[in-house]
Amino acid sequence: MATVAAVIASTHHPFYYRASTSTSAGRPPFADEWVAKIDAFRETLTRARPDVLVMVGSDHFHQLWLDNMPQFLVGKAPFYDANYYNEEREFGLPRMFLRGNEELSAYLLREGLDAGFDLAFSNELRIDHSVTCPLITLRPEADLPIVPIYTNIFAPPLPQPRRFVELGKIIRQLVEAWPSELRVAIIGTGHLSLELGGPRQFGSHGPDPEFDRKAVEWIASGDLKSALAEVSLDSLWLPGNATHGFMDFMLMMGVAGENVAADYVDSLDLFHTMEAYFTWYPEASR
Amino acid sequence: MSKYLVNKFLFTVDRDPELVERYRADPGGTVDWWEAERANVILNLPTGERSTWLTFTEEERQALATHDYPKLFELGAHNFLTLTLFIAMFERDYDEPLGFQLEYARRLSHFALPYPDIST
Repeated sequence: MATVAAVIASTHHPFYYRASTSTSAGRPPFADEWVAKIDAFRETLTRARPDVLVMVGSDHFHQLWLDNMPQFLVGKAPFYDANYYNEEREFGLPRMFLRGNEELSAYLLREGLDAGFDLAFSNELRIDHSVTCPLITLRPEADLPIVPIYTNIFAPPLPQPRRFVELGKIIRQLVEAWPSELRVAIIGTGHLSLELGGPRQFGSHGPDPEFDRKAVEWIASGDLKSALAEVSLDSLWLPGNATHGFMDFMLMMGVAGENVAADYVDSLDLFHTMEAYFTWYPEASR
Repeated sequence: MSKYLVNKFLFTVDRDPELVERYRADPGGTVDWWEAERANVILNLPTGERSTWLTFTEEERQALATHDYPKLFELGAHNFLTLTLFIAMFERDYDEPLGFQLEYARRLSHFALPYPDIST
């Protein structure tokens, strides 16, 4: 059976690439600290020696649109082009080209459907920064095949938070039962409190530091019970109007397991948002 | 009320570099052209297989034609689509990093929770 070599959850900040690669005058004052934290975070994936990456993210109105909007979608393609004109324009992100692992995609689709998740699929998917940002931070060589899984945290009506957790649990079970000798890292990115296109955007911190503090604690300790008790589709509007991306963190808590503490926890209080980084090593607890 | 159509306008303009510049330079003319020629194009279908029923309300048309992003927020346009397109058009006019984004927040500062509903 396949090995879950690492479970990784983080925020995805599209400004990291530009901040980390800029030099001299254009380099923001927080860049060095940010790069040091990312270097340490990257090592948590490198040491797990993964062969393939399951990548959970969310399309930001690039390929998926309101005339035909899937709630949960698995990419099943041999290759994925990545990043879009408007991400190049706003964030300076580079175009990327990624290999897929169609066998694992097909397996997750078939078994996921049979386990009660009516997953949509795409045979030609262009990936956006929700997946490329964690590649840039965690595996900048982008040399490993991926299986992208997209969730709808963006276009209401959204699935309930518990469905994200349930999908995470199923992904973990299915990967562990995959008849393969490969080492799989399951990586997902979301947000803590975040406001975009609203009055609280781009402040000196995330819009709700108290929510961020609680959220980091829930994730770090695997406290799904508290997260599910306190988080609802309605409540997530309060910390910031883009905070539904936290449900991708809840999905990853489902992958990591209830009450399983993260082996690595770090965070960085930036303007605009709190960055947070978590890694679990399921092998160590076996 | 057609939040979907407002979002469709923002979405289709934002992904096309020429349309971004055209909308910046001539918002009224771009909105009139788009509503006449593009509003009923289904994005994943050949142009012959169009819809026949999509139009802006006068309030929506006016908000788009005047670059009135606080009004678009009030009308429930998707916050991410509006922000992304307006950054593309107007960030260049500000000297300070995030200058436009902070001005954008300031102009929305009269909104309190709950914000207008963005469901479509």
